[in-house]
Amino acid sequence: MTMLLIALGAAVGAPARYLTDRAVQSRYPALFPWGTVTVNVLAALILGVVVGARLSAPATALVGTGFCGALSTYSAFGYETLRLSQQGARWLAAGNVALSLVAGIGAASIGWWLGLSLR
Amino acid sequence: MPRLSGDRLPAGPNTGRPAGTQFRVIDPDVDLRDPTQQPGGLRQWALAAASAGGILGAEARYGVSLAMPHQDQQFPWSTVVINSTGCLLIGLLMTVLLGAPSPHRLARPFLGVGVLGGYTTYSTFAVEVQRLVLQHRPLVAVGYAVLTVLACAGAVWLSSTLTARALPAGWESERTTAVEHR
Repeated sequence: MTMLLIALGAAVGAPARYLTDRAVQSRYPALFPWGTVTVNVLAALILGVVVGARLSAPATALVGTGFCGALSTYSAFGYETLRLSQQGARWLAAGNVALSLVAGIGAASIGWWLGLSLR
Repeated sequence: MPRLSGDRLPAGPNTGRPAGTQFRVIDPDVDLRDPTQQPGGLRQWALAAASAGGILGAEARYGVSLAMPHQDQQFPWSTVVINSTGCLLIGLLMTVLLGAPSPHRLARPFLGVGVLGGYTTYSTFAVEVQRLVLQHRPLVAVGYAVLTVLACAGAVWLSSTLTARALPAGWESERTTAVEHR
């Protein structure tokens, strides 16, 4: 059952990342990977709510492990950081790490706090 | 923002940009500066491939987390393993796909966006850091964040470098760096 719920969440989360990434890039064309930052921060916010609200195990599997896990990506974040630094954009690479950390952990905290009020 | 030769959208007809603008792919999921990533007839197939790959990746992540269980206050080693192995594989995948003479158009949506994107997770990483801070373990939280970032950046560098050296003759280290538009 848990595996089925994770599959359902991930089946939506991964294409949602693809579409969101495309939408952000087409509106804000830049070297900086705003699309990946957006999906990661959004997923951290939603997972923060899930954890803060102490949702049931099935709901956590569906929304947390499945959807948020697939919506967010560490592989793209890692790849982008290396690629930026390799083409001389060291400050953009460092900015990507700093912004992803601050905004991601900040979003998780805000989400957790919002989730508390749903308990 | 520093001016970079690659900081351009693809050139081409009706874009008002000179032909042959150089760029390098930054976003492995989809990089709209790459003309081969522009919307095409395969969009629904790309979404389906990402969806199917995402299921496989997420289930693999669940499997690793079951194999390496940890309590809330413990160091989340399973997430470190998941994210660093995912980064190892994205370096390999992207080096192969960017160098391949004619990669399948669904290879990146399925393997990159889907499997590896679904396998790795930024949301769990962020929530685990925040949880360690809430438990008054700031040093563990910082150590976890720094270790993950360094391990993942190192993994992408290592696999990209090793794969580029191992590419067969006839493959380029980066086929899409300079696309000519006519």
